[in-house]
Amino acid sequence: MSITGLQTRLRDLSIQEAFGLALAVGVVILTVDLVRLVAVGELAFDRLLSLLWNGFVDSLYIGLAAIGLSMTYSILRFANFSHGDLITVGAFSGWTVAYLIGGIGAAGFGSRLLLDADGGASARELGMNVVGSPLAILLGLVAAAVLTVLIALAVDRLVYKKLRRAGGITLLIASVGVALTLRYLIAIVYTQDARGLVASAPVWEPAWLPVGPINLHELTLVGAALALIIGVHLLLQYTKLGKSMRAMSDNRDLALVTGISTERVITATWIIGAGLAGVAGYLIVLDRSQITINLGWFLLLLVFAAVILGGIGSIYGALAGSLVIGTTINLSLVWLPSDLNEVAAFTLMILVLLIKPEGLFAGVETA
Amino acid sequence: MTDRRLGGLSERLEAGRQRLDELPRWKADLVVLLGAVGLTYLVFGVVGLLSGVSTNEITGFLYTVTFFGAVFGLLTLALNLHWGYTGLFNIGVAGFMAVGVYTMAVLTADPTGSPAGFGLPIPIGVVGGVLAAAAVGAVIALPALRVRADYFAIVTLGFSEIVRLSITSGSLRQIEFGDTVYGTGGGSGIRYTPVDSVVPWLLDLPGIGVAGDTLYGIAAAGGVSQSVVNRLLYALVLIAFVVVCYLSLQRIARSPFGRILKAIREDEIVARSLGKNTQLAKIKVFALGCGLMGLAGILWIGSRSLATPESFMPIVTFYIFVALIIGGAGSNTGSVAGAFVFAAFLWEGPRFLRTILRANLDTRSPPTIYDAGVDLLAADPMPLVGYFIGSLDELRWVLIGVVLVVLMIYRPNGLFGDRKEIAAAVDLSNRGGGSNE
Amino acid sequence: MSNQQTAAGPATESETAADADTILEVEGLEKRFGGIVAVDGTSFSVERGTITGLIGPNGAGKSTTFNCITGVHKPDDGSVVFDGTDITGQPPEKIANHGLVRTFQIARELPEMTVLENMMLGPKNQLGEDLWRSVLPGARRTVIEQEKTLRQQAWETLEFFEIDHLAEEYAGTLSGGQRKLLDLARAQSTDPEMLLLDEPMAGVNPSLEKKLLDRVHDLKQQGYSFLLVEHDMDVIMQHCERVIVLHQGAVLAEGAPKEIRSNEAVIEAYLGGDV
Repeated sequence: MSITGLQTRLRDLSIQEAFGLALAVGVVILTVDLVRLVAVGELAFDRLLSLLWNGFVDSLYIGLAAIGLSMTYSILRFANFSHGDLITVGAFSGWTVAYLIGGIGAAGFGSRLLLDADGGASARELGMNVVGSPLAILLGLVAAAVLTVLIALAVDRLVYKKLRRAGGITLLIASVGVALTLRYLIAIVYTQDARGLVASAPVWEPAWLPVGPINLHELTLVGAALALIIGVHLLLQYTKLGKSMRAMSDNRDLALVTGISTERVITATWIIGAGLAGVAGYLIVLDRSQITINLGWFLLLLVFAAVILGGIGSIYGALAGSLVIGTTINLSLVWLPSDLNEVAAFTLMILVLLIKPEGLFAGVETA
Repeated sequence: MTDRRLGGLSERLEAGRQRLDELPRWKADLVVLLGAVGLTYLVFGVVGLLSGVSTNEITGFLYTVTFFGAVFGLLTLALNLHWGYTGLFNIGVAGFMAVGVYTMAVLTADPTGSPAGFGLPIPIGVVGGVLAAAAVGAVIALPALRVRADYFAIVTLGFSEIVRLSITSGSLRQIEFGDTVYGTGGGSGIRYTPVDSVVPWLLDLPGIGVAGDTLYGIAAAGGVSQSVVNRLLYALVLIAFVVVCYLSLQRIARSPFGRILKAIREDEIVARSLGKNTQLAKIKVFALGCGLMGLAGILWIGSRSLATPESFMPIVTFYIFVALIIGGAGSNTGSVAGAFVFAAFLWEGPRFLRTILRANLDTRSPPTIYDAGVDLLAADPMPLVGYFIGSLDELRWVLIGVVLVVLMIYRPNGLFGDRKEIAAAVDLSNRGGGSNE
Repeated sequence: MSNQQTAAGPATESETAADADTILEVEGLEKRFGGIVAVDGTSFSVERGTITGLIGPNGAGKSTTFNCITGVHKPDDGSVVFDGTDITGQPPEKIANHGLVRTFQIARELPEMTVLENMMLGPKNQLGEDLWRSVLPGARRTVIEQEKTLRQQAWETLEFFEIDHLAEEYAGTLSGGQRKLLDLARAQSTDPEMLLLDEPMAGVNPSLEKKLLDRVHDLKQQGYSFLLVEHDMDVIMQHCERVIVLHQGAVLAEGAPKEIRSNEAVIEAYLGGDV
């Protein structure tokens, strides 16, 4: 470009680009400050590591949910506002099974069925943790996935299938209706009381490990999540189903023409997406112990932020977005009080959208 | 004999329908709206009386229905302006309400209170709140200019949450400024003089005072207390606001500006290629709608004496969506109608039902649904019924959810969305004759 | 019309703007999308009060050129001067307000608005486009007066284009050809100096095509200038006074239709096609 061309470019520096520059400068300043705080001793290196670790853990369960949401977006063509409630469904259904199995003999059937709604089945009494009732917890995990998938498929047949031709906004609104219905049916059955379901996590503190004691529940979460994510990656890249899904998300009409059965792909989307969401819900409760009917709904905006940040239609973008969001809500604790950490994540999302309205990875050729 | 009477009735209905068709569109709308409202009141009243509910409770219900019908009506009109007309998908309504209410709270709170305010009179607080909401709306509209519709929805939701989290946060709870402690009050909120105190204040004024005293006197004679009179007057104030806003928005819709809004919704590039400044129009309309949301929030939450973040959870935005969809997006009349239907049948209706049931059935609610189920198996359905009555709040949400889904599948345009509402200040089909609007 | 240019092989330089009859002057226009160069140094001019055709094989860059001229895309380089004013890279609404209005290849009628509403959208400087003027009691009266005038003009235009019987239909229910007529009528109602028509005949049946062309000629008599993109060679040959040929993003040849028809480079560009 000639000198005059460059001059024109600088003069025309769009608002978008100015924002982008500002954001980049901001990130650099924050990184420098971080290094400074550690060097000066105001921020213990241990704490930094633990913040980064928490960020990683959070990004895993956000990521599990984000994969499903991104898939629904690109294959079913709408923003699924009931996705959060699939997470909640997974949590409630999975833990009910865990309680039914793990609490045999220790508490009444009714108490276990309703997850201690009446105070008759406390987690400690049941020894509900990964070491005390490993089988119950494992079966609960499987049940979470299976039951959530069943409910998602039922909802698809009842509601979304009738709206296949409808526009994105119509589907979005219908999904809000589904969300409310699911959430409050759970509320009617299980009551709206928040309660802890999981006994304190056993820790593992071998002498040879440099970092602090490892929380086994967290470890379970990380292990299960990573396994599932890698599984999804393998599915998308190496199986025929995966190729069909990628084709449909890229160009639906073309995929139809090549004979891909869209209903089968849609069913697969729900199975994978809802299954992952259900597992995410189950694992979140394993880690946090607290369960409420708003578990998934409160998480939904963060999941949306991750998906949009990464760019719709890109699973890997969704995962990257989850990493960014998870890290942001934890790392921001260095500078912000804990009740404002989500504000940091949402502000980041809005800023990125201002700069790159299609998301960071949109347009990249991935699943 | 009966045939003739029936014949006479159907003839009269036909004649009535013809008269309705002949009226100008807006008069017909008004008749329908008022008729529906009147009918609803009648139904509530009759059913209530027949099932043994006290007059006090019935009046209470009618007031609540009117209150929420009016407040939701304002909010739905605002949301319709954004989404129904201009295609801007705003799901951050709760956030803009919060800006309006909290600004008003800070402006009118007692300077000696904690957190402190500026102690300004209510009208200034209200105007300040509305302007603040509009200003914030203008800023949030800026991203709308460049991102796609569904992303913008998420931006507005993100904004709403940022507002709510900020006002809940402990760190903004107290902000010291010299001797006084300002702030948001965190989770406990801010105390201020409620806006409905405007009514007794008005009635105390010298000129109106006489009329006020007379009114109180008549009411006392009929056994109605001052506070009830005040509440009824406040309801009238709300209705007045709705009427003014409805008429103003109708004017906006039926004008060249309204045409630009519709064109933005249909195809923005075309509007721009015809020379219309759509960016500016979007900012203006968004700010206007947000100001209206701030006003509605003030009239709603502001009529209590405490503003807390609890009232601005994102779910509040979805009540308004349901109301708008019931009425039909794109129609101002539909918005108000939908809001009233929502308030009467989905919001208050279930509670009214519960009062009736409780007055007539002996319903103790068992502690859990399991217990109720066990009783059911033992051939006793009453505990289960009792449980459901006790869970009426949650059942109401399930009902709302189901209504939404059913509407989207069978009638996505809502009750009034199918109408052709032309965006012009004159009747376009009139090729060049009179001057009727 | 004495502005004849002999067509000869590669692109010729456009005339300098010393000629006051030039209403549109495009110079060195460039536009890239990623690695693809869609417009590569296009230069041409259009004379006031004429109908000029813009043709070229698929992918030659005609629509992109249109988009760059009318502000839908921002050109990477080059300039566009309209009626003496530099409009390069300006947003669409500014360009339209200068008097340069376009129609679209796929007719973009506003489907959920009636034909009359579409027509009332067009005219410039409507008082009621200001938010407050539509609401305040006194000001609204002036808006109403203006609306009546605009209504009158809208009906007259619809009659002129012979689609007045569709006036109260939703534009989305119109047939393809009727939509094109509406597009043209609406564009004309903005009272422009020049109209850029992007494939106005595509998808239009023969009788409507004749009507459209008749209207174009009528408008030309009234002083409008036209630049047409068309694939239908009969239309180009019979109705355009001058033809510009684009190929691979640059001007290949310009001249009277007869000269273009026999220009070897042009024929080759179309690969022995239907010139």
